[in-house]
Amino acid sequence: MNDVTLTINGKPVSGVTEPRVTLLDYLRDVAGLKGTHAGCEHGVCGACTVLIDGIAVRSCLMLAVQAEGVDITTIEGIGGSGAHAGELGVIQDAFCETHGLQCGYCTPGMILTAEALLSVNIDPTEHEVREAISGNICRCTGYVQIVEAILLAAKRLGQRNDAATSDTTVA
Amino acid sequence: MSEQKYKFLSTPRRPVEDRRFVAGRGKFIADLDRPNMLHVAPLASHYAAAVINGIDASAALAMPGVVDVITGAELAAAVEPLMNGLNTPNVRRFPLAVDRVRYAGEWVCAVVAESRALAEDALEKIIVDATPQPFILDAEAALLETSAPVHPEHGSNLLLDRKFVWGPVDDDFEAAAHSLSFSVTWGRNSTVPIETFGVLAEWNGWDQMLDIWASIQMPKYADQIARSLNLPSNAIRVHYDVDVGGSYGVKRGIKHSVLVGYIARKLGCPVRLIEDRLENMRAGDAHGPERKFDITIAFDQDGTVRSMKMRALDNAGAYAGRAPFQLGKPISAIVGPYQINSVAYHALSVTTNKTVQEAVRGFGQAPTNYAIETAMDRVAEYLGMDRLALRQKNLIREDQFPYLIPSGSYYDSGDYHAVIDKVLAAADYPAMLAERDRLRDAGMMAGIGIAACLEPSGGNSSFEPLLNESNQTSTWMESCQVNIDALGKVTARIHTTSSGQGHETLVSTVLGEVMQIDPELIRITRPNSLESLPGNSPVGSRMAIMLGGAAARAGEKLKAKIMAIAAHRLGVAIDQLRYEGGDVLAHDGRCLGWDEMVELAHRQYHNLPDGMDPGLASFDIMQVPTGDALPVNDKVQMYPCYSFEFHLLLVSFDPIIGRPDIHSYFIGHDCGTVINPAIVSGMTYGGIAHGIGAALFEEFAYDANGQLLTQSFLDYLMPSSHEVPAIQIVKHCTPSPHTVFGQKGSGESGYLGAPAAVSGAINDAVSGLGIHFEKLPIRMSAISDAIAAKTS
Repeated sequence: MNDVTLTINGKPVSGVTEPRVTLLDYLRDVAGLKGTHAGCEHGVCGACTVLIDGIAVRSCLMLAVQAEGVDITTIEGIGGSGAHAGELGVIQDAFCETHGLQCGYCTPGMILTAEALLSVNIDPTEHEVREAISGNICRCTGYVQIVEAILLAAKRLGQRNDAATSDTTVA
Repeated sequence: MSEQKYKFLSTPRRPVEDRRFVAGRGKFIADLDRPNMLHVAPLASHYAAAVINGIDASAALAMPGVVDVITGAELAAAVEPLMNGLNTPNVRRFPLAVDRVRYAGEWVCAVVAESRALAEDALEKIIVDATPQPFILDAEAALLETSAPVHPEHGSNLLLDRKFVWGPVDDDFEAAAHSLSFSVTWGRNSTVPIETFGVLAEWNGWDQMLDIWASIQMPKYADQIARSLNLPSNAIRVHYDVDVGGSYGVKRGIKHSVLVGYIARKLGCPVRLIEDRLENMRAGDAHGPERKFDITIAFDQDGTVRSMKMRALDNAGAYAGRAPFQLGKPISAIVGPYQINSVAYHALSVTTNKTVQEAVRGFGQAPTNYAIETAMDRVAEYLGMDRLALRQKNLIREDQFPYLIPSGSYYDSGDYHAVIDKVLAAADYPAMLAERDRLRDAGMMAGIGIAACLEPSGGNSSFEPLLNESNQTSTWMESCQVNIDALGKVTARIHTTSSGQGHETLVSTVLGEVMQIDPELIRITRPNSLESLPGNSPVGSRMAIMLGGAAARAGEKLKAKIMAIAAHRLGVAIDQLRYEGGDVLAHDGRCLGWDEMVELAHRQYHNLPDGMDPGLASFDIMQVPTGDALPVNDKVQMYPCYSFEFHLLLVSFDPIIGRPDIHSYFIGHDCGTVINPAIVSGMTYGGIAHGIGAALFEEFAYDANGQLLTQSFLDYLMPSSHEVPAIQIVKHCTPSPHTVFGQKGSGESGYLGAPAAVSGAINDAVSGLGIHFEKLPIRMSAISDAIAAKTS
């Protein structure tokens, strides 16, 4: 058994766990963050996607002990928490707007993948969105409304940036 | 358009469920932990068929953290066999194999341990002494008398062998100018949700209560557990507030649930079983139909299709379950959207040494639609007639509804020609044809796929009495409860789990419409089974019709009570009042507001009409519309409503590589009045994606030894965002006369026609080479091999 301390959503989380425990199982069973979902547990479906230093990573293919010293973001780190629970992030809100989900099981992984995409590409084409989420399998939606959601979020984030830029100019 | 009739219905509204899911705050089965919970891991059979001589679990039991090892022999002595749909009492199925295994992957025994990891470790220590037996994989071979029965006690592999003749088949064939025969096969696939099946059971000996949480989508789930475990049905409490991570029919883990329920009761503590992906694929008992069709079709020179003979042979896998019934539902739309005067239908279901079949989206309708649509393409090819024109000639016309089909069901409503015309216009069909020809001129194989089909919806289960005469069930209901509390807020209860269909949105929208209050202000709860009214869960594309119907009727009852209270209070007749936005207005200008009515109902009994009960609560238990009779002479009205869909797509591929690229995909969709447009569109897109998978990629393939080859997502290929194109939905609305708002079902939309349409496109692309692909999925390798064989 190992003492493992990870930085999850900006906070340190400590726990004792076996070396063989995946990051996915650590997040769910040790950190108690149930928003990261097990789908295939062999790295194909993307349901367990988290961000490691801002990059979308499959938490089922990584051991918890390997994740020390990096910044891990799970779906619980997106949008409001605590007293702000219920406040959606821009991408989450766009998924609600277009109904880019049905059962909600692949959704956290999709949203984190979209977060990773839009953090490096503020104005993606539809093809770039499809490329970004092509490692995340959704059985409900046929991806159409997911693509719509991410493009909508990009547009809104762009408008927000434009507004911020113009504010700066005025100042 | 009907849309303008409604304030909330058919308007773009955010589904209420989405908020918790985008935040990762859904409550899925694997998210539930109970104190001192134990975990189960099943041991899978290596053999497709074997006799079990003995199981030595001593080394496993000696491991730290291992609590118990359950065998089939122990289980069979303690529980009743799982339910079969047909009268096949000697096809006995228990959660664990008893004496013999019947497919590779079947659960032989189950380890119970303090963690799933420890349970899996212990599996490796169990020694099973087994003697391999002859096995059978092919359905035609299973029919032969020389083939060993999968269940020797049953005497053969035949589960179902029923011949129906509806209408003057012989006369129609005699009179027809032409006939042709062909065979097609629907490969074994399934819906494969991203969440595997899971169940948690907890026994409380002081209360004598078994609590169950499960990712379930199953009618009469609690009853089936009670029967198997020999417990009173009111000692089973299924919690419906579990979010199900996708199902599309298959989440019916009854064997898992009985196993876990038994262990929980035996050990007196909470027990959870969550399938891993391998278990889900090979032994989740959730494969879909694997069906061979032999079809002969009779038609005239002008393209009029007169009659059809269909033999459908389904490979049910190792146990019966409800699999044979998936040959029954298609009887409700056995002629598709066409005027075919007579049909002979021979339905056969056999056991083989493959994984057990379960209900899959459409309950057997998608394979049958694929067969019918292939027939239409073949007739057109035979006559040298345009495929579209042939369909248009044979489609039921708008002025013929309600339309009685030979097998006894009335189609409720539709305007198929109008939907097709809209799609052709939206797609610019001449331009699509020109693009196909341009691609062909450029050296590509290019084809257009066309499919028209129906989605029987409303979900009664009259195929049960039709295929099993001892089953006299005609009742197939759904229910809803509504309460207006003392502060005037509305809460409604629904009595099932949901797996992405948006039932909370459905009920709040419908109730909001009826009560004329903002759906956002209506709370929806899901109690447990003991606090619920009867229902039959979201199967058969029924909830918009049935749950929406029950919610609307419960709302109307409340409204009627409010009007009666107001009439008494104002001293006028009810017909002098009108309900508007939650208030009641009298013809003389007086008004009673919502809050005043709530006050009267909850606090002023003295001001209520004589004999009226206090409070504002109602419920409705609704029987499926038109579901009022048992079969007579092999005919019965099956589903109340029939949604229509028309698919049109353009595909191309390189003749050497053979990888299909879908350029454009159009679907015309008419499911009557739409409750929530985003939900209906989403289901349709998702159904098409699933259908593309069935047509091109997805198959549970077995090797000659009966081993499942495609048991991970690396080899069971599902469409990604690259394989599913942008899809354009062309909407049309023909309300159903049988439902409260004219709504029909849409939960299976897209999937019911996409496989036929994609197959048609691939076949059109290779038509110049004289190739017919006669089995789904049509893999890249099959395409390139067939072309190579023709052109080399």
